[in-house]
Amino acid sequence: MTKIVDTASETLPARRGMRGWTITPVGGVCFAIAAFWLIVVLIGPWLAPHPIGAIVSFDIFSSPSAEFPLGTDYLGRDMLSRVIIGARYTVGVSLAAALIACSCGVALGMITAVIGGWFDAIVSRGLDALNAIPHLMFGLVIIAAVGTSLPVLIGTLALLYTPGSFRFARALAANVNELDFVHVARARGEGSFYMIREEILPNIIGPVLADFGLRFVFIVLLLSGLSFLGLGVQPPNADWGALVRENVSGLAYGAPAVIIPSLAIASLTISVNLAIDNLPRRLRDRLS
Amino acid sequence: MNNTMSRLIAARLGVMLLTLLIVSLAVFVATEMLPGDVAEIVLGQSATPEAVAGLREAMNLDRPAPVRYLLWLGGLLTGDPGVSLVNNIPVATLIGGRLGNSLLLAGVTAAFSVPIALTLGITAAMWRGRLYDRIVSFVTICVVSVPEFMVATLAVMIFAVQLRWLPALSFANDVQSLGELLRVFAMPVISLSFVISAQMIRMTRAAVIDTLQSPYVEMAVLKGAGQTRAVLAHALPNAIGPIANAVALSLSYLLGGVIIVETIFNYPGIAKLMVDGVATRDMPLIQTCAMIFCFSYLVLVTTADICAIVSNPRLRHK
Repeated sequence: MTKIVDTASETLPARRGMRGWTITPVGGVCFAIAAFWLIVVLIGPWLAPHPIGAIVSFDIFSSPSAEFPLGTDYLGRDMLSRVIIGARYTVGVSLAAALIACSCGVALGMITAVIGGWFDAIVSRGLDALNAIPHLMFGLVIIAAVGTSLPVLIGTLALLYTPGSFRFARALAANVNELDFVHVARARGEGSFYMIREEILPNIIGPVLADFGLRFVFIVLLLSGLSFLGLGVQPPNADWGALVRENVSGLAYGAPAVIIPSLAIASLTISVNLAIDNLPRRLRDRLS
Repeated sequence: MNNTMSRLIAARLGVMLLTLLIVSLAVFVATEMLPGDVAEIVLGQSATPEAVAGLREAMNLDRPAPVRYLLWLGGLLTGDPGVSLVNNIPVATLIGGRLGNSLLLAGVTAAFSVPIALTLGITAAMWRGRLYDRIVSFVTICVVSVPEFMVATLAVMIFAVQLRWLPALSFANDVQSLGELLRVFAMPVISLSFVISAQMIRMTRAAVIDTLQSPYVEMAVLKGAGQTRAVLAHALPNAIGPIANAVALSLSYLLGGVIIVETIFNYPGIAKLMVDGVATRDMPLIQTCAMIFCFSYLVLVTTADICAIVSNPRLRHK
């Protein structure tokens, strides 16, 4: 396992005003794409032109047309509607799993950093060992054992990504924990809960949010992979990975039904990744 | 090799063994979560109580869980990981026939992608900030951000459907000549190489840039060494440790990719075997495949750490 190297955070010359807050064009576009998908998730059912399961065309794997802007799938269903509703599963499940993983990981990380001692050693070793299992592999083992359903998927994905989040948050919290103002607070006699809430959390929240974004991307990829293997979201529902799986026979015809869901995943993951890479400089400096 | 270094390496190997033990416990506990009785599930609803009781005894299901864990662990170590629940063939036989195929796929992919990725990574670091570097960086971040199956489906679409150069499916069993071997392997190897190379290029580039920023390289440049000389003669020898580390770490991404790639190309390896096992809930098979994968992953990650230890001059000359 690689050790997280604690790089001393560099002190930067103070810049005032809007300098350093400008958003790069790439970052802006990527942020807009991610926001677009979030809106699609929220108002999806009102956007979809056709009912989700309805077979609306006799022409399967058809090319884009005025009536079906993204073509039709292997049963003659409207792809646009299926991609819009699929967004709810891909983004919804991943967001829920990422939220659970990061809250558990960050909470545990801060607690172990503040308490330290053998508690820290045991939790760190145990979670490191969990992290040493390839994620897709462990996901397969759990799904083989308990079957697949939305709650199981969310729980499994959250479990798989908690150790990574923990390790990241613990390293940050351990750094902050050694700073003077924390020693002052401890000398004042503040309790562990106060230390975590008032001294540690506000000082690591920036990097933790960036880490949340990256973990969300990993979870989207893993969920799509599981669904592609037929072990994720089950029919009649379909997330984007499942849409690729059910239409994979259209590959031989070069059908858009195979490509569009893949492109949807790629647009979401690449834009979130690049948006984090291109955060405004002031924000990024505080993150590093 | 001196005392400090051998102690560090021994400690690292110890951590690996301990981790492997915890991992085996996690895999065992995860597969124990199966709701209901395994014997009843295997025999189906029409099974007689006697048959269920017989199978329970044969599978040691009447023993407490810790005993079964130890029996299973002992079986794994002695090369007898149990019998498949689905077709009653020993798991060792099932895996034995397929392990070679997977190793071959992984080996060919590594042999193919490591040189290309290192070249791209080092050259991108040499010309960092230039257009070439920005294109390489952008493409690699795109490849690491998309799912493996997308790379594979796009490869099929381009090479098998549009250009008709290569067959879309692999059957390693009926290969007659070297040419056929190359054709059969091409699609899985190309897809896997994309996934691995992207990681390796990013890590190699970062490692070389890190070395290029050290004062002694600046010194070499100030003394008049050209860009190529500064990188190849001065920076690279010291970046070999981090690069070896990056290669071993990137190869561990093979394990995630190989599951998707073997499934999509219907390649007869152990990852495909495991995915089929998950569909039929064949627990002994899944447990064993999972342990093989975890073991290879740990070996690669530990190798990466040991490379970092061995290449650290501060430890070498202590």
